[in-house]
This record gives sequence, structure tokens and C-alpha cells, in this order.
Amino acid sequence: MTATTTAPVAAPETPTPVRRPSARLRAWATRAPLLPALIFMIVVTQLPFVATLVISFFDWNSLYPDARHFTGLDNYQEVLTDADLRQSVWTTVLLTVAVVLASLVLGLVLALLLDRKFRGRGIVRTLLIAPFLVVPVAAALLWKHVLYNPEYGLFNGLLHYVGGPQPDWISNTPLLAVEASLVWQWTPFMMLILLAGLQSRDHQQIEAARVDGASDWQIFVHLTLPHLRRYLELGALLGSIYIVQNFDAVFTITSGGLGTANLPYTVYQSFYQAHENGLASAAGVLVVIGSIIIATFALRVVSSLFREEVSGA
Amino acid sequence: MSTTALRVRRVRGKGAGLGLLAWLLGIAFFLPIAWMALTSFHSEQDAATNPPSFAAALTLDGYREFFGAGGGASPWPALINSTVASVASTLLVLLLAFPAAYALSINRVRKWTDVLFFFLSTKMLPAVAGLLPIYLFAKNAGMLDNIWLLVILYTSMNLPIAVWMMQSFLAEIPVAVIEAARVDGARLPTVLARVVAPIALPGIAATALICFIFSWNELLFARVLTGVVAETAPVFLTGFITSQGLFLAKVCAASLVISLPVLAAGFAAQDKLVQGLSLGAVK
Repeated sequence: MTATTTAPVAAPETPTPVRRPSARLRAWATRAPLLPALIFMIVVTQLPFVATLVISFFDWNSLYPDARHFTGLDNYQEVLTDADLRQSVWTTVLLTVAVVLASLVLGLVLALLLDRKFRGRGIVRTLLIAPFLVVPVAAALLWKHVLYNPEYGLFNGLLHYVGGPQPDWISNTPLLAVEASLVWQWTPFMMLILLAGLQSRDHQQIEAARVDGASDWQIFVHLTLPHLRRYLELGALLGSIYIVQNFDAVFTITSGGLGTANLPYTVYQSFYQAHENGLASAAGVLVVIGSIIIATFALRVVSSLFREEVSGA
Repeated sequence: MSTTALRVRRVRGKGAGLGLLAWLLGIAFFLPIAWMALTSFHSEQDAATNPPSFAAALTLDGYREFFGAGGGASPWPALINSTVASVASTLLVLLLAFPAAYALSINRVRKWTDVLFFFLSTKMLPAVAGLLPIYLFAKNAGMLDNIWLLVILYTSMNLPIAVWMMQSFLAEIPVAVIEAARVDGARLPTVLARVVAPIALPGIAATALICFIFSWNELLFARVLTGVVAETAPVFLTGFITSQGLFLAKVCAASLVISLPVLAAGFAAQDKLVQGLSLGAVK
């Protein structure tokens, strides 16, 4: 695909008869601006992963560096049979799915509301974006201490007015507490993507359907949703990529306690606190494999949007 | 009254209802931030009451405490570190991404889409998986607790986003403009600096703001790789609540101050925010 699109563009740029060496030189001249960025990325992001892979085959506790030795797949076996680690895989899945779905649905509702004209739309949009622009650690602290605190948090304060119960949010529903704070931060992200999708709809088509007597609901189901499908997919996949990696909220709100330790937190803990380099690496490799599975879908969605844009331009 | 007039009135009534709903949801989402701002101006005693004291007297004590008046650690070194890490990595990102985007949009290399997707795929690999080797490397190279290590890592974190965003901005520049400059005999660096950069300036600015936000927010690398010297603002924030006693107003003030640059950059880049976050996939 790339060869066919670039070749005809490149050809007319060389009107003079070209000898071989200069053509090669020209190709390198074209490549030159790209190389610094490319080399930088390979060195800084790819080499560490290779190292992680290698370390994952060693029994290596950094407190006993002399006892380091090759163990083959033992670390993987240990990671996969370790109850805590399996729990953290499950937690990661639950956390990611719940946050992505909830923020996607809320984001869709908000995007549909914001797509209409009403007084103060710009202000409401700004209010809604704000949660995404709070530093994640600060947002986590805000939820933990200022909203959830059982004695003087805002939630229980508001419940107090209506004579409601005074639950200890984080202890009673730890995972839900982490999820709610993440949904609050990620809903604006979903809303922005879906709003962009809504605004790229074909308005003539919708007008035509309306003239033909289609109800709002019919237009939503038969025109809007199919158009939004890829934006929903994109939001879900990008959201998954960011939330699978979430560290800040888990670290701050529960410190991985009460069954909320996800994989990034577990990897962090196993080498930063337990000094188990080999185990941490094996867990890291598993995180990568999980991400590759999600990323394959994500790349497909992005590339379909991208191709459409390139061919449409 | 004609039926159309009735229908118009009904539609208008529904529209107002939905507008009101949008306002209510907007306020609900903003409420925690508004409450954080209000609490930051309350005294610690007023901040920790149930029911909440909405109308308590306002004071700057929370901010004074945050800035070290009460004998706590000063946040300035952390704020300066965060600024250095964010600004330096953003500049480095732009320096690397701009020429790369040129080679992927205007004067395209062969297989340019493959290269673009390579950049994107690095963004999808979780940072935590490369953390240990980076930590070991830093330890052996004596780079632990060094802000420049974070600059390099943040550059790699943001470079794919920047390449994708800039690529899509540069692709919009008409080829004729560049051809004209080329015909006039301008060399590539001149063309980039004098012709391409001015046209792409709004896009470059938006890219820079988004890279700045991500660097400023980053916690995991900063937490693992820095200590007392190179500590950044988010790390400072996590270590902030150590003492017993009341600290809500102080925490609110701290969170607000540290979020301020991000809120400012985010609102400034509002229109391009989606494009950056979706890695250029959505305009």
C-alpha cells in the first residue's frame, strides 16, 4: 500500500537523469530528518523491553545479587500460579473494563447534550473538561481525603443533610472507590472524542431523514450510532491503553490494598519493595503481552480512521 | 394555534430541559473542583466539619502551609524540577518531532505509514514494563535522582504523540508553498524554519502544551527514579500527607497549585486536546 502511494509522488521530483549513487544519497537525505527521532525511540523504549525480557528468565533478588542465576520459565510459572498476582490480573481487567465502559456511556450522554445548542454551552463544556485537567495524583488525593473521608468528606457531608448513612467509602467498596475517581477523570476524554465524532456527522443526511418523518430516536439508532461506532471503539481502546497502565489512583487512594492492586502497581511493588527483579520482569512481560493484544485492535481502529482521512484528503 | 406552532413550542420546551440537564451535569462534574478550591481557602478546622461549612471565613493559611510556612518542606525545588523536566522534554520533543514529521508528511520517506505506526505502537507498551531495566541502568550510570533522566524518559513518552500530531498538521500545508520556496533555491533547514514552521505554528503550540501536560502529570517514573534532589511536584504531593492532624485545606491548596499549570495549558489547547489525546486520529 505504501509503495504504491509514494512511488508516483517521488518519481516526478527527479527530472534530471539520475545516476545510482545520487539516488541513494537522495533517499538518505529524505530519511535524515526522521532518523534522530527514530533512533531515540528505539534506544529509549525498545532496548529496556529487551532487557526486561532477558531479566525475566533469571532468579534475581537485588538484595542477594550473588545468587543471581538463570531459571528459564520459572518466574513465569511463579507469576502465573501466584494467587496475589492472579488477583492483580483480574483486578486490572475489572478496573479497566468498568472505568472504560462507565466513562464511555457517561461521555456519550454528555456529548449528545453538548452537541445541541443551548445557552452557556461553552461554559458547560469548560466545566466538563476541567476534571481531566487536574493532575492525576491531585485528583486521587482529592477523592481520597476531601470527598471519601468518612468523618468530614463532602459525600458524607451531603448525605448528612438528607439524613442518609455515613459509609466508609474506601473500606467498604475499595475498587469502586478507585473506579469512580477514574471515571470522573476519564469521562471528559470520552466526551471530547465522541463530540468530535458527532460534529463530523453528515447534517444534510440527518435533515433529509427528519424531513422524511424519522423520529429523534430513529435518527440516533440508525444514523448517529453507526457513525459513532468507530469513535466509540477509538475511545474504548485509547481509554483501555491509558487505564490498564494506571498507577496514580491505585497508589494514592488504596496503596494497592484491599484487593485493588493492579498489574502496574504489582510490578512496581515487586521490584521497588520486594526487590524481586526476575519476578517483576516476568510480570512486566505479561503486562506487555496483554497490552499487545489490546494494542493490535487499537492500531487497527486508528489505521482505519487514518486511511479514510488520507484517502479523503 | 396551528399545529406547527405547537410542535415548535414542544421542541423548544424539550430543548430547554436538555440544556438544563447539561448544566446540571456540568456543575456536578465540576463540583469536586469547586469544593477543592473553596476548602483550600478555609482554615483546617472549618475544612474538617460535618456537615460541611460552606460559608466559613476565608483564609490563605492553607497556601502558606503549602509553601512551607509551618516548617514543612518547601515545594519550590519540586515545582522547579517539574518545570525543568516538562519544559526541557517538551523542547527536545519538538526538536526531534518536527523534522521527523516533515519526513512523514511533506517529503515522505518510503513506507511512511509503517514508521508512523511504529511510533504509535511504542505508546501502547506500558511504561511499567521497561521500568526495571531503566532503574538498573540509572543506578549503574549514577543517573538516579537526576532530573535529566526524567527529561529523556518524558521525551520518549511524548515523542509518538508529537510526531502524530505534527504529521497531521504538516500534511495540511499546501505542497505548492513549499515547492515555491524550493524553486527559489532555499535549503531544507531554511524551508523548515522560514516556510513550514510559521504556517504550522498553532499546531506546534498545541502539541507543545499537550506534551507539557503529560510530563507535568507523570508519577510512576518520577516516584521510582528520583529521591530528594530531583523530586517532581506529583512526587512531592504524594509525600505531603505524612503528619497526623488536620490537613484538608493544605492538601486542597497544594493540589490546586500543582494542577494550575495543567489547567492553564489544557484550556489554552482546548481545541487541539482531542487530537493530541487520540494521537491525531480525531480532528
